[in-house]
Amino acid sequence: MKGMTIIVKKTVQLISGLIFLYGIYVIIHGHLTPGGGFAGGVIIAGAFILQILAAGSDFMKLTKEELGSTMYENLAIFVVVFLALSGMLFGAKVFFFNWLPKGTVGELVSAGILPLYNIFVGIEVAASILTIFLALVIFKEEMPE
Amino acid sequence: MEIAISIITGLMILGALYAIHAKDLLSAVIACGIVGYGLVICFLLLKAPDLAIVQIVVETISLIIMVAVVLDSSREELFSKPDTQGYVSAITAVLLIVVLFYFFRIAAGSLDVFGNSTLRMAEHYIEGAAAKTGSANLVTGVVFDFRGYDTLGEATVLVTAVLGVLTILRIKGKK
Repeated sequence: MKGMTIIVKKTVQLISGLIFLYGIYVIIHGHLTPGGGFAGGVIIAGAFILQILAAGSDFMKLTKEELGSTMYENLAIFVVVFLALSGMLFGAKVFFFNWLPKGTVGELVSAGILPLYNIFVGIEVAASILTIFLALVIFKEEMPE
Repeated sequence: MEIAISIITGLMILGALYAIHAKDLLSAVIACGIVGYGLVICFLLLKAPDLAIVQIVVETISLIIMVAVVLDSSREELFSKPDTQGYVSAITAVLLIVVLFYFFRIAAGSLDVFGNSTLRMAEHYIEGAAAKTGSANLVTGVVFDFRGYDTLGEATVLVTAVLGVLTILRIKGKK
């Protein structure tokens, strides 16, 4: 896959950082405003996909990137399961128990363990969407003509 | 609001029909986008911004991937003559549509008026969510606290899908 013109490349360099920040905002405000781990994760993956589409696949070492994103995805889902299990260690012996202090409704640090779920599910979703895209691109590169 | 949603739903049906019959595959993909973005506007009108955000992002990314695939491969549809198997599946599809429509007509008679759902479960969620979970966004409270098993299942489905994609596509393996 070839890259696009210099206009597209420069615009993507300016914009993709803002998209990345917006994804992080959607994730960490997931328990206050609409959004959450799933939506924010896909937005973050979109920032990376924009970069790869604009710069072309020969620009970056994509196989290395794919190894990293696969690792992040597996670690994130592992942490989500561990957080769900941690309810069994503290307080009531219930799977998915919200054992952290709740705080005041409406503040950024509140709602106990829910923001942590949001963050790790966000990492997991971003890494999996990016991994699927990278796998498709690398398959196209490796395919014999 | 019902009129607006009816108009948008009609547009979505037209877009889906055009996507089936389009000669050029690129315009078929763009017509599929009409369905997705129409759904986004429906979600916004029905006051579900959470779903609208997810739908608009996923629709954009899947549209980009489909456009890239169409530009890389051929833009014309490959026609093949229908054989007996094709006729059998077409007749089965029509029969299934008739049966489903008949039972849907019966079921729709016992539903509440549009926009007036009164499930006992929903009332419990709305009353107790902010106090029980401490989350200002009701949807996050339901998704990660009341229905945590569902969310774990969704996340696991994503991981399994990625594993399947990697297994099929990485024929050479990582060197």
